[in-house]
This record gives sequence, C-alpha cells and structure tokens, in this order.
Amino acid sequence: MNRFSWFNATSLTLGFAFLYLPMVILVIYSFNASQLVTVWGGFSTRWYGELLRDEAFLDAAWVTVRVAVLSSTLATVLGTLAALTLVRMGRFRGRTLFSGMIYAPLVMPEVITGLSLLLLFIGIGLDRGIFTVVLAHTTFSMCYVSVVVSSRLATFDRALEEAALDLGCTPAQAFRLVTLPIIAPAVISGWLLAFTLSLDDLVIASFTTGPSATTLPIKIFSAVRLGVSPQINALSTILIGMVAIGVIAASLATKRRAVLAERDTRAAERAEG
Amino acid sequence: MRRLAVIALPYLWLLALFLVPFVIVLKISLSDIAVAIPPYTPTLDLSEGWAGIRDFLSGLDFENFVFLTQDDLYWRAYLSSVWIAFVSTLITLAIGYPIAYGMARAAPEWRPTLLMLVILPFWTSFLIRVYAWIGILSSDGILNRVLMDLWIIDAPLQILNSTNAVYVGIVYTYLPFMVLPIYATLEKMDDALLEAAEDLGASRLGAFWLVTWPLSRGGVVAGCFLVFIPAIGEFVIPSLLGGSDTLMIGKVLWEEFFSNRDWPVASAVAIILLLILIVPIVLFQRNEQKQREREG
Repeated sequence: MNRFSWFNATSLTLGFAFLYLPMVILVIYSFNASQLVTVWGGFSTRWYGELLRDEAFLDAAWVTVRVAVLSSTLATVLGTLAALTLVRMGRFRGRTLFSGMIYAPLVMPEVITGLSLLLLFIGIGLDRGIFTVVLAHTTFSMCYVSVVVSSRLATFDRALEEAALDLGCTPAQAFRLVTLPIIAPAVISGWLLAFTLSLDDLVIASFTTGPSATTLPIKIFSAVRLGVSPQINALSTILIGMVAIGVIAASLATKRRAVLAERDTRAAERAEG
Repeated sequence: MRRLAVIALPYLWLLALFLVPFVIVLKISLSDIAVAIPPYTPTLDLSEGWAGIRDFLSGLDFENFVFLTQDDLYWRAYLSSVWIAFVSTLITLAIGYPIAYGMARAAPEWRPTLLMLVILPFWTSFLIRVYAWIGILSSDGILNRVLMDLWIIDAPLQILNSTNAVYVGIVYTYLPFMVLPIYATLEKMDDALLEAAEDLGASRLGAFWLVTWPLSRGGVVAGCFLVFIPAIGEFVIPSLLGGSDTLMIGKVLWEEFFSNRDWPVASAVAIILLLILIVPIVLFQRNEQKQREREG
C-alpha cells in the first residue's frame, strides 16, 4: 500500500527548500557584479578573480589543507587503534576511563576543548602554530574516527580472522590481509570525516593557533564579522561545489560497487545451479 | 607486546591531550588572576619541594565560582543558553519530524537519494551555512525585500542581530541531526501495524498518535538531545547572527578569555558549563542504551 500522501510531498518539498535555498542564494550572489551583495548588478565572475589574487586567502587555504591532511591522517591511525582497543582488547585496567575519553570529546563544547588545549600548550611552553592546531584537531577527530571504525568492527565476522591464522598467517599478516580490507570503507569514511571536521573548525583552531598560522575558517570569520562580502560568497561557492562533487562521486562509487557485488552473487549462484 | 602498543598509543595521546588539559582548566579555575605571564597565580614550583606544593595548594580557592554567582551576567547567560537551546530544539523537532516522516513514506528507491540530500549539508562548512543567513536576514536582505515587494510589510524587519536570528541559525544547522535519528526509527517501522490500527477503526490521525509516534519516540529523544546538547555551548551562531542582547555562555567564555584576558574566570565558566551539560548527556546515554536493548 502506498502511503505517500500530499502531506508528505509538501513537507519534503518545504524541508528541502529550507535546507537548500540559503545555499542556492549564496551561490547565485557570488556571480553578482555589484559590490552590494543584496542588489543584483548583472552576471560576473570578478569576485572569483579577486579571490584568487588575494594572497591572504590563498595562504590561509594552504595552511588549512596542510592541517587537515596531517591531522586527519594521524587521527585515522590513532582512531583505528582506539577502535581496535575498544572492540577487540577485552577488559583491561583503565578501560572505562579510555572509553570515557573517546566519547567525551564528541559532546564537549568546542569552546572548552579549545580553551583546555590552549592552556596545556601554554603550560608546557609549546609555540603555537600549525603544529599545535594539528595536535588539537587530531585529538577530537580521532574520537569520531574510532566511533565510525568500531561500529564496523563490531559487526565483523571473527571467523575470517581465525581462518587466516589457522592457514598460517601471523597476527600482523591476518590484520593486513583480512581485517584491514574489510574495515577499509569505515577507515576511509573516518578519514573523510576527520578531514571535513578539520577543514570546518573555527573555534578550536582560534584557541590553539598562533599569529603565524591563520586557517581559512578564522579568515572567513574575521571577514564575515564585518558583514557580507561577495568574495566570501565566491569562496563559499567553491567549497560547496567541492563538497557536492565529492559526496556525489562517493555515492555513485558505492552504488557501482553494490551493482558489481550483486552481479558477482548472481554469477556465483548460476555457476552453482 | 603488540597488544600493549595498540592500547598505549591512543591511550597516552588522549591522556596527554584530553585529560591533562582538562585538569589544567580545573586548576586554573581555582587560581587568581595576576598581571604576569601566564596571567594567573599560583604556579606550581617543584624546585622548592614540599614547600612549593604547599604554597601552590594554599593559593587555590573557589573565589572565581563565588564571583560567577554574584555577577548576574553569568547565571543569566547560562539560563538564556539553556532556554535558547530548548526553544530551538522544539522548533527543529517541529520541522524535522515531518521531513523524516515524508522520507520514510517515500518509495524505497527514492530513500537513498533523500538521505543523501539530508546528509549533504552536514559535509558543507558550518561557518558557510551560518554565513548564508546573514545575506538573507539583514535589513536590506533578501527576505525583507521579498516581503516588502509583496506588500506584506512596509518597513524592514530587524531579524539579523537578534535572538530570533539565533533560533533560525541553530534550527538550520542542526536540522540533519534531528531528521536522521527519527528517520532511522520510522524507516524500520512495520506498515502492517498501521493497517491493523486502521482496520480496528482508528482514524489516520489516531493511528499516527497510537502507533507511529510512540514507536518513533526513541529517535525523537535522540534527535532532541543531539540538537540541545551542542546548541547550549554554541559560539559561532550567536556571534554572527545574534545581537548585543543575545546572551549565550559560549560567547561569554570566548570574550572572557580573548577580550578580558581573565583566564581563571573563563576556566570557571567552562567548568560550570560542563556540570550543566552532564545531566542531558547522561539522559542521552540512557536513551541510547534503551534503544539498543529494544533492538536486541
């Protein structure tokens, strides 16, 4: 029975309009020739040109990308190890504290995480800059990675690993040849999540960075505080475009893999039959 | 040996960069502000042995916490953060539930696309999604011009830089957190239950209240906490969309630290904020556990 009604259609239409219209408007106005962001003055790509000539923005973008790549990679390694610890290591002394430290950063307000890390860095006399931001981002994003990876590990068939060990693999080989390929999709989405969180973070980066390393969100925030600017619209459009392409590509890849897997299953069934 | 390495690496990392910083905040919240680098006293001087530790401990007190209770700025900021988060959560629920419901009722082949459309904004920069509303809500913004062109209002509404704009910002950015858990519970629901209720004489609305709503309650509670908890400590939204009269504790903490440079008070503000958050976090954990048990 089809229960999809006019009410459902209306709420979906309005809901998605609410979610997407602000971003559509933002994108449209990035092509506005007028300096006044709320008055349409004809189509132009001039703000993109100005953005690409703005050294300060390019520097900030470069800092942000370096921080994001470094911190998400570190966070993926540490988060995967943390997931293995949570799911595979059974009971050990201090396990409760450990799982507490994994889950607490997920709900900790960013202002508190930022403040506490800054006080630590000052306390041990660490010069603030890219390095300290990487440390800070790694710390909170490894917790997200470990949540993503541990949910995959929890549904994992241990018999596969045992089979590999019975067939003569060392534990390290079994991990590399069996476990890792199976949890790989979760590890990759954990990396992407950590990467996005790092690209996006304003508050923690503001606390933990020094004058030498301004990230893109910090730059955007200080520009936006002065009001709307068409350059920020252009920058936002580029970022939204990259995310949209990335997510659509990822979902197409997933779909393709599902189709291929189904074809393999069918072929196998036919061969058996 | 290898087991030890797997455990030790993330463990030590979190001890050093999560637990230790937290202990430092606690310690500084008990210290006094000082004109020095770092700007608080006492500092621990281990070179003096036990005497140094004794001096350090005797220098700690609850003065900053007493100060927080005396200046009404702080408790008003805590109360108004909780209130703003609460109201935003209710609005997000009112908007998010029909969306989740519509998604769960859509044809199965459409659901992955709809799901992707809800998740997509989550991958887009939070800052940009908040920024998008500045151009819409400002007094010469798009919303005001559309309303004036339609002769609905004759003077621009002052929405930007007010608490109403903060509601809009929170509802907009946290909507996916509400939709996803509700959709997850509704999607698993068996349609046969609704048919049974209607066969037994319930109206469509009655069937919704008696069957759908109770079954989706776990998702509703989860969604509400996922919006409510982070909204309390929100900084970006009140500082970009809020007005000077919008009090939120995340902003107060930020200003205490960066503008007033009063680290001890900023730390005390952080500690109280955490104490407030413990209640909803514990309730949220309990709800999650109940959900898991129900699903077996």
